[in-house]
Amino acid sequence: MMGHWLIVPVLLPMVAAILMLLATRLGRTVERGISLLSMLGLVAVSAFLLNASLSGDYQVYALGNWVAPFGIVLVLDRLSALMVLLTSVLALFSLLYACNGQDRDGRHFHVLFHMQLMGLNGAFLTGDLFNLFVFFEILLIASYGLLLHGGGPLRSRAGLHYVILNLAGSALFLIGIGTIYGMLGTLNMADLAVKVAQASPEQLRLIHISALLLMVVFGLKAALLPLYFWLPGAYSAASAPVAALFAIMTKVGVYSIIRIFILVFGIEAGVLSNLAQPWLLPLGLVTLSLGVFGLLASSCLRKQVAYLVVVSVGTLIAGVGLLTVKSVAASLYYLMHSTLITGGLFLLVDIIARQRGDVGSELRVGPTVSQALLLSTMFFIAAMAVVGLPPLSGFIGKLLLLQAAVEQPSMAWFWSVILIAGFFTLIALSRSGSALFLKTDDTATSGERAGAASLLAVMALLLSSPLLAVYGNVVSDFTTATAEQLMQPMQYIEGVLGSQQNSMGSSMGGEQ
Amino acid sequence: MTLLLIVLIPLLGALLVPVAGARGRMAAAWMAGALTAIALGLLLSLAQRVFAGEVLVSSWAWMADLGLYFSFRLDGLGLLFALLILGIGLLVILYATYYLSPKDSMSKFFAYMMLFMGAMLGVVLSENLILLLVFWELTSITSFLLVSFWRHRSDARQGARMALALTGGGGLCLLAGILLLGEIVGSYELSVVLASAELIQSHDLYTPALILILLGAFTKSAQFPFHFWLPHAMAAPTPVSAYLHSATMVKAGVFLLARMHPALSGSDLWFYLVTSAGLVTLVFAAYVALFRHDLKGLLAYSTISHLGLITLLFGFGTPLAAVAGVFHIINHATFKASLFMAAGIIDHEAGTRDMRRLNGLFKYMPYTAVLAMVAAAAMAGVPLLNGFLSKEMFFVEALALQRLDDWAWLIPVLATLAGIFAVAYSLRFIHDVFFNGEPKSLPKVPHEPPRWMKIPVEVLVTLCLLVGIFPAFTVGPLLATAAGGVLQAPLPEYSLAIWHGFNAAIVMSLIALVGGCLFYLLRHRLFALHAHLLPSEFGAKQIYDGLIRGLLNVSRWITELLENGSLQRYMALLVGAAISVGLYAAMQHGALNFSMIGASLPFNGVAIAILLGLILAGLGTVILHRHRLPALVMLGVVGLCVSLLFVYFSAPDLALTQLSVEVVTIILLLLALHFMPQETQADSSSGRRWRDALLAGGAGLGVAGLTWAVLTSPFETLSGFYLEQSVPGGGGTNVVNVILVDFRGFDTFGEITVLAIAAIGIHALLQNLVIKPNEPGRYGWAAVKPPLLLEVISRPLLPLALMVAIYLMLRGHNEPGGGFIAGLVVGIALVMQYLASGVEWTQARLRVDYFKVIAVGLILSIVTGVASWIWGYPFMTTTFTYLYWPVVGKFEVASAMVFDLGVFLTVVGITMVILAELGKLSGPLAPRPVPSKEDKR
Amino acid sequence: MEILISTAIGFLVACGIYLMLRARTMDVVIGLTLLSYAVNLFLFASGRLTNNAAALISSDAAAYADPLPQALVLTAIVIGFGMTAFLVVLAIRAFGDLGNDHVDGEAGK
Repeated sequence: MMGHWLIVPVLLPMVAAILMLLATRLGRTVERGISLLSMLGLVAVSAFLLNASLSGDYQVYALGNWVAPFGIVLVLDRLSALMVLLTSVLALFSLLYACNGQDRDGRHFHVLFHMQLMGLNGAFLTGDLFNLFVFFEILLIASYGLLLHGGGPLRSRAGLHYVILNLAGSALFLIGIGTIYGMLGTLNMADLAVKVAQASPEQLRLIHISALLLMVVFGLKAALLPLYFWLPGAYSAASAPVAALFAIMTKVGVYSIIRIFILVFGIEAGVLSNLAQPWLLPLGLVTLSLGVFGLLASSCLRKQVAYLVVVSVGTLIAGVGLLTVKSVAASLYYLMHSTLITGGLFLLVDIIARQRGDVGSELRVGPTVSQALLLSTMFFIAAMAVVGLPPLSGFIGKLLLLQAAVEQPSMAWFWSVILIAGFFTLIALSRSGSALFLKTDDTATSGERAGAASLLAVMALLLSSPLLAVYGNVVSDFTTATAEQLMQPMQYIEGVLGSQQNSMGSSMGGEQ
Repeated sequence: MTLLLIVLIPLLGALLVPVAGARGRMAAAWMAGALTAIALGLLLSLAQRVFAGEVLVSSWAWMADLGLYFSFRLDGLGLLFALLILGIGLLVILYATYYLSPKDSMSKFFAYMMLFMGAMLGVVLSENLILLLVFWELTSITSFLLVSFWRHRSDARQGARMALALTGGGGLCLLAGILLLGEIVGSYELSVVLASAELIQSHDLYTPALILILLGAFTKSAQFPFHFWLPHAMAAPTPVSAYLHSATMVKAGVFLLARMHPALSGSDLWFYLVTSAGLVTLVFAAYVALFRHDLKGLLAYSTISHLGLITLLFGFGTPLAAVAGVFHIINHATFKASLFMAAGIIDHEAGTRDMRRLNGLFKYMPYTAVLAMVAAAAMAGVPLLNGFLSKEMFFVEALALQRLDDWAWLIPVLATLAGIFAVAYSLRFIHDVFFNGEPKSLPKVPHEPPRWMKIPVEVLVTLCLLVGIFPAFTVGPLLATAAGGVLQAPLPEYSLAIWHGFNAAIVMSLIALVGGCLFYLLRHRLFALHAHLLPSEFGAKQIYDGLIRGLLNVSRWITELLENGSLQRYMALLVGAAISVGLYAAMQHGALNFSMIGASLPFNGVAIAILLGLILAGLGTVILHRHRLPALVMLGVVGLCVSLLFVYFSAPDLALTQLSVEVVTIILLLLALHFMPQETQADSSSGRRWRDALLAGGAGLGVAGLTWAVLTSPFETLSGFYLEQSVPGGGGTNVVNVILVDFRGFDTFGEITVLAIAAIGIHALLQNLVIKPNEPGRYGWAAVKPPLLLEVISRPLLPLALMVAIYLMLRGHNEPGGGFIAGLVVGIALVMQYLASGVEWTQARLRVDYFKVIAVGLILSIVTGVASWIWGYPFMTTTFTYLYWPVVGKFEVASAMVFDLGVFLTVVGITMVILAELGKLSGPLAPRPVPSKEDKR
Repeated sequence: MEILISTAIGFLVACGIYLMLRARTMDVVIGLTLLSYAVNLFLFASGRLTNNAAALISSDAAAYADPLPQALVLTAIVIGFGMTAFLVVLAIRAFGDLGNDHVDGEAGK
């Protein structure tokens, strides 16, 4: 039995946040200390959880000791474990980078940062639809605060758009939840899966509606067409460490889509089986293409990276949309790769921009950066990874995706879009690269060499790409196992509803 | 293992060279040279076994389930190419050492060089096709680095980008092709693929696979119409051109053709695609080469033309043609590399490469001139030189080709024509540069290069001669093994004699030689004609640039079209998306039927009144929205009606909550109005307003329909459980509250967290924000002096409110109430203090850090949750017991109530933070600065 | 009765969304508030509606209203409150930073 470990990823960041709230008097250094310590702890715990998930059976934590479907349960399977670990790794290095000074551009950076982590982890772990909503709200409100960290008109505008759209999204989420509860009278995901499969014909319509409404909500979070237009502005306006952390935010949407539309409306959902099939693939491919156009169109490196996020989401959703074990496994591999690399890129771009003086990340002639060789090499590697050039993770990811699409009716489309998109990305990034590093006027640089911590953060994130490639077989074995687990909703259902161990009736005594 | 080393050593070199480079320029060169030599040595140690006909394969798993293995293969073909790569590599390194100027970073150059060498070796030694592709793309990337080595030159940057785009893009096609091939065969291992020709060529996927693979090969080997990147890549330092663009990288394409020959060749598709590409390239490039004034430009196009020739040979698909192809690969590598080096020397010593200015260099650098002339003669196909032999074989094959019966004459004729051009441009290279009068205004006086710079050229030229004169003894065995490697089958009969008797091929050669001389004599008229026919630069690059520009413009257009930065549009899209998917789903699952069946609630006056009030107030809000104050009042009415509805439908807790939230929200909005415009003019067009009304209406209808459908359909819920368990399990009769603090306490836990974060976020948000009162002569709310009466009333309100709150909280578990509501009540009471007595007064008396309050609240809720761990129960497991209090009597205490206390504190803290922060905005909080002495004076 | 309730909720939604599509932050805030009222009612209704049912557990209670949606709505209300508060302050902040209260930060549009 897992003991109480399952809730630690939610509690630890929150406790850290509270401590920092109380420790404001003690100064920034203490704050940073707490922040980094708990971050490290979180990484350790997530690693432990991932290890626990390898066994393949579901760990269920019944809050308040009320068994599912009546109480709220946290469920650990390979997917959630993976997401939690990925989040904490990304967060660790974003935090490290932030500690180089940007955390002081405004109040409460660390508190908000950890609250955000709490929200993310909760969202990944919960097995209850409404509780998912609650954690969405937590991570959103924290992200509002983080996005605006540092202030300035640009952020205020981007913040307005981001906040308002997401509030509308939350309202829609509630409508979806209300509808599905109104039909099936339950909120636990496993229980929903069971009841959806048994739904009576006259219930189908409303269930279908609610499912698609939920898809719109998740699509907004994941930045799918036509709901991604807010992203480039928001992400390019956010301060670098925040943007880097946000690399996981869109993935929350992707995660929810996977969770809901493979578990609840998956292969065993009776009439509503694979309800997402007609939507995800085309939406993903179109989003991917439009993202690439945005990439080519933008004249600022920061925006380009933001578009790379859109591109990666498109690719992911397209891959998931094939709804086969292979394709989901491939998408998960690609998810890891794209999250870490785009995160690293956001940080790297920040370093570069700071060294190009007032030209910043604009793609025009500017001064030579002071750490030219180092930065250009890192950018080169990151670009290779993103474009999908061998021998880095991007290449492996694309390979897996392409192979997964073989024998599929949509193969021709899938292949051509993925490959052509890769080609255009190559063109775009080679242009950017030569604009940044080759085509420089010889004015003196603004100096400000990046500190060790920042460089370490960037390198660590970029290093993930070769590692993911070298240990490709290990990783892809894991993602395949994850996908297989996902593709058997029955197991999840039994794991959650059948697991009434240590459920001792209602409460810890008390005289009745 | 040795195989792996041969590939790894240069790759390692990419790291070692800079290390050595720290010790000085020569050290870097020595390191590069030494490593190359070692690799070459290793290769030679294996060569014997290959000559004996062995195929060495060594393999390690990388991603087995992907079919991706680290497997290498050394057979004749691989050996030949590896020899070229390492041998010529060694010479180029020597050459480059003296070519590079002191301001070029030697270690950087050689690091890239080694990287490329390793990648190239990987290509030719891979057994696994995906691995081959990996190295393939690596060559493209490293060539980008090498071509853009002189980064300050814009033509170098462009050339590099173009090369990367085309070869990289080609690589993507190749990837697709290889994957298809793997699908057909079921393996990516060459030994399997090469053995399954019938399977492949009979498969439906053969056509796409072949086309994609050929695209990869043609882009790499600069076949028409992808040839144009090569001339532009000539902006690279000459050693790079000599290495990549004559001997190695551009040969990767033809290598692929040779490698895939057994598996893919023979079909009509292969024949027509490959021969046509080769033929066009051969003739066209040879023609263009004639008119280049730039020395390297001429060589570049002649390279393209020769690659065309090789491609053409492989296109024939006959064994003999393949042999000829391999032979020409060897020969071309030798003479073209030496020519590039010679050109580099000339450029280096004379300062220009323009043949209109370079004249009569013979007397300045006779030695180099001789070398260059021999090599050029080989290029022209003059007897006794290696070029002649392979060209003869080519002519023979061209004549022997049966395939296109009526058009059989076509290929020989065009081949001869190309031969004529080749002779002409070779002649031009020799005559224009070394003779033809005096040099015109050279930047510097040319002279012989340093001794070591000539050695590589000498070596190569000697090879040309040796092969040309004693083919059988020199190149024979290598050619045999290499050809064997290509065909994967016993070799056909062929002889490497210089003289095969007087046959058609000889005639063609003669025609070519004579015609070439004539052409050259008539060149001036030709130049005029050419300039007249095709004025400026050839179109290909312009087309490419145009395409790129077009792509960028299209992208900008699309992006600006979609993302106009207007929130209103994005919101409209969101609403639109929701409506449309809703409609789509509603259309599924049979026809809709709007029957009143299931409508059970009786109509009731009160309810109807409330609902009408709701509708009217909502309408009012919309109508009045431009006059904010009345709009807010209307909003308040809506909220009131909502809470009344909750009362009517027996949800007292909701009613209470709704009411208290209502109050705070409205106060908040009123405060906000002090900083925001009170009125606005209508700023969206009527068309826009109609669109919005339509969307809003649609959404409204949708939700209405949804509500109707939900209300009228049968329902089972698990809430029965809560009703049963509330008292025995949760210890409270107020089920809703028990759910909130116990059954689903985790939601509440998250909910107060949201509030806390909101407060923190707001605090962060308002940092050093300065707002000028938006209406002149108006102060923030805190500074407004409130009526005395309010002030008097509000004072005792606080303690009262506190008592009420405590009462609400204690009973919350059993009666409507609870921590949240209690918290808001206190919050409201405190707000009253602020409103009545102003921020300063209140802050002065309420010296509380509200964040501490929030923190304590959160801690309480966590602690109650964690406490259950002590008894080994999950987070937030509750307990309860009964106390007998005097007066109150039997009284039930649940641990959940501590949690509720946490909620209470958090809520109080938050309301206060929000209001206090807004208060600070307007009312000056800091004590007024004491006038200093200066002012007094 | 249901028909009237549905109409009212739908109407509120329409009002809210119309205001959310306006160009001024304050209007959007008001719109959101309206919308959240409507959504809360909808969520409440998803547990079906019962007049004068007992809210508290007692022996002589004939019928109870479905308590779960009520709890959900309560949570939703509270979260909504936090969100609205944040948005209001953000609106003020934006007004301060951008000098106007247009959602795109440009008075011209």
